[in-house]
Amino acid sequence: MAVKNGRSASAQSKPGRSLALILIAIVALTGSMFVSGNTSPRLGIDLAGGTSITLRAVPERGQESAINKANMDTAVSIMERRVNGLGVSEAEVQTQGNDNIIVNIPKGTNSQQAREQVGTTAKLYFRPVLATDITGATPADPSPSASHEATDKSTGTPTPSPTPSATGTQQGRAVTDALKADAAPSPSPSSGSGDANGKLQAQYASLDCSKQSVRATAGKGVLPTEATVACGKNSDGLWQKYLLGPAEVDGTDVKKAEAVYNTQNTAGWIVTMEFTSRGAKKFADITGKLAQNQPPQNQFAIVLDGEVVSDPYVREALTGGSAEISGRFSQEQAQGLANMLSYGALPLTFKEDSVTTVTAALGGEQLQAGLIAGAIGLALVVIYLVVYYRGLAMIAVASLMISAMLTYTLMSLLGPAIGFALNLPAVCGAIVAIGITADSFIVFFERIRDEIREGRSLRPSVERGWPRARRTVLVSDFVSFLAAAVLFVVTVGKVQGFAFTLGLTTLLDVVVIFLFTKPLMTILARRKFFASGHSWSGLDPERLGAKPPLRRTRRPSAPIETKEA
Amino acid sequence: MSKLGNLGARLHHGEIGYDFIKNRKIWYGVSILITIMAILGLAVRGLNMGIEFQGGAVFTTPKHMSTSVAQAETYAHDASGNEVIVQKLGDGSLRIQIAGIETGKSDQIKETLAKDLKVNPEHINADLVGPSWGEQIANKAWQGLAIFMVLVVIYLAIAFEWRMALAALVALIHDLTITTGVYALVGFEVTPGTVIGLLTILGYSLYDTVVVFDSLKEQTKDITRQTRWTYSEVANRSINGTLIRSINTTVVALLPVAGLLFIGGGVLGAGMLNDISLSLFVGLAAGAYSSIFIATPLVADLKEREPQMKALRKRVLAKRAQGAAQSESPEAEPVGSTAGDEPEDVAPAVVGPHNQSLSRGRGRGRPPGKRR
Repeated sequence: MAVKNGRSASAQSKPGRSLALILIAIVALTGSMFVSGNTSPRLGIDLAGGTSITLRAVPERGQESAINKANMDTAVSIMERRVNGLGVSEAEVQTQGNDNIIVNIPKGTNSQQAREQVGTTAKLYFRPVLATDITGATPADPSPSASHEATDKSTGTPTPSPTPSATGTQQGRAVTDALKADAAPSPSPSSGSGDANGKLQAQYASLDCSKQSVRATAGKGVLPTEATVACGKNSDGLWQKYLLGPAEVDGTDVKKAEAVYNTQNTAGWIVTMEFTSRGAKKFADITGKLAQNQPPQNQFAIVLDGEVVSDPYVREALTGGSAEISGRFSQEQAQGLANMLSYGALPLTFKEDSVTTVTAALGGEQLQAGLIAGAIGLALVVIYLVVYYRGLAMIAVASLMISAMLTYTLMSLLGPAIGFALNLPAVCGAIVAIGITADSFIVFFERIRDEIREGRSLRPSVERGWPRARRTVLVSDFVSFLAAAVLFVVTVGKVQGFAFTLGLTTLLDVVVIFLFTKPLMTILARRKFFASGHSWSGLDPERLGAKPPLRRTRRPSAPIETKEA
Repeated sequence: MSKLGNLGARLHHGEIGYDFIKNRKIWYGVSILITIMAILGLAVRGLNMGIEFQGGAVFTTPKHMSTSVAQAETYAHDASGNEVIVQKLGDGSLRIQIAGIETGKSDQIKETLAKDLKVNPEHINADLVGPSWGEQIANKAWQGLAIFMVLVVIYLAIAFEWRMALAALVALIHDLTITTGVYALVGFEVTPGTVIGLLTILGYSLYDTVVVFDSLKEQTKDITRQTRWTYSEVANRSINGTLIRSINTTVVALLPVAGLLFIGGGVLGAGMLNDISLSLFVGLAAGAYSSIFIATPLVADLKEREPQMKALRKRVLAKRAQGAAQSESPEAEPVGSTAGDEPEDVAPAVVGPHNQSLSRGRGRGRPPGKRR
């Protein structure tokens, strides 16, 4: 309310300026709306059709602090990757509140598949590579795609291989087990492979990773203990197929992963990983074993959700509990990989809290119903105002229109700017806001009428009524805005859309009444139609029951009354 | 209109009016009664929680289904093995609610249903909710409610005073209780839409109260410097003064909501629009009532306990007694013991009104009809 005095002075003396200001604002907003091409508000799933999934993060026991912004962001980026991997355009994934993730998938997508993608926990495994090939090429031409290299983080340079079986029997056994599992599905034309392996071989041979539909199914739903086939993009951006051994290390073994810029040598962007103590042991095993193999079997594949995201080769056993993956990474790639690696380590699972599928037909219907309801509501309000306020209603209706225009343009612009989408509750909020906006005018008009009833002429009535109406409007709008703001911050999903519109329209209400309604009233108060109190102006002193000035002789005896007046 | 406009003028000039403060005990009583009924309703009948609060699925078929409700119920029951509620909506589409199924299982049920109903599964709208979703929404709503109440009480205590903040809070809780009570008694289904509506009432109920308080604050600014009226009387006058505005505001707020309710209930049959507007409608009505009949009288009650106001009351009464003694002989106007809410009481107030308080003795308010 600090602006109170300055505002009132300017509004009073130069009503034209305020009007010009708001007109410029409308023109500017409308202009930018057309320039940016966002001529209508972005529609939410319930109006446009599609599927909206709300997921809730559930932390593992004892890891409640795992629900934090960093982890949620990681989860969002992974989910985005997954959903968009389905070829869904414009699917959006965003966090809401502390522990919710909303996934909106527009109509025309296989929503069931998308749901499976986001609903399941990400599965990150480190699997030994048995064979790999550029897809579509002949299997006889194994390509040296090993552009990534895994090294010991502590040294960063190749060190003499430590003996893999230095520790107890358990580790030794793990190695032999792994080797056994490893050997069986080996791509070599050994006759010893069983039926399952033969099948896998055939699958690998016929795998064509350049096809999106193939990629979407390849290697999905395979147990970690089984060998599998998978696809992945190599650093040249080509799809490559893999034949992979059983998982040796899984995502939960990774404690931390981050992208770092290596300044010491020319490696550039690298990804560092830290393992849990269990993970470190397993990782030492697999690397120790892989380091002795020939390419491509000295590589391990980092497989996220059945897709190979990185396939570093190993030069030596990495026993330090940490490792780094280097290669010609860009910063983005390195960070993406680090994210994926950390995601496997997220102690979070995501639960589907609600899934709403709206057909395009129903969406359109709901939008139409909302618009009709708004039109009816607006019409009723206008009729009531005209009947009750007559000429004054013109000002109210004009202000409502300005308010509507501002709301519409802002909603359109906010769509791309902050990801605002107009959903059904938001439409509701806008309709309810008609009442709040109209009420400000009612407060103002009633004040003016009260002044006229005291026997004043119109112009002083407007100027005297305004400061008091202004205070009431500010105080009550503040309460309304507070409600909207609290709801917006605390709640999720649909409630949030509602709160947003309500808050926005409340703010606009203040803008409109200060910059439009009051100046317009000041200007119109000079017109004869209003000033003379034409019976249709809504300001007819006689109709309002104004006291003739003579009668006011009584008044000095009532100190409060003069105060009020 | 002219009648209402005229009414506004007469209210403004205090020619007519209703003594809200004097009759406050009646309205307190009414409110307490309604509140008790609401609480009883909640305790005995409980709320009819929608599928969102139990977990389950709601499928909505395309329009103009030939399948009967009973038939659809059988299909749905066979497909899911769970409790099923089927409604036929205004446009001939079927709304099938199945409680307690997991989100994972629902796809299969949808497929089966689509086959049975001979519809393309792609054309079925589905709303699947996990058992904790509604609870989560409700919890967040409670959280929001609590934060909002604390903030608004602080704000009102600063902008006005703590008594008003307290009264506004009581009025707010009153509105929410009544709305929930109506839901329990009538048995409307509670959905997240209802919760949204309920939360909007927060803002609206207070909005209305704040406007009345604003006028009250303004009128009582220098109240201790005069000896004509007690706080309650001034409070009563400010309610009457803002009455027209309160009525207009409520009407203007209810009209769009009525539009929503009509479209939501009449055209779409069921859904979010309907749920939001229904709870808004009930809440708005309660809000308008409470800001006039509960909040302001409550402030007056609290205020009258202040020593300053007590002293003022004493002075005012003393002065009136004195004035009455003087004017006893010239004007012995009989005074009805009833409060002046009869509109006939419009005799232009010229001289006598203050005398009336004489015979009213200790009555809290003077007849508001003769204010000036």
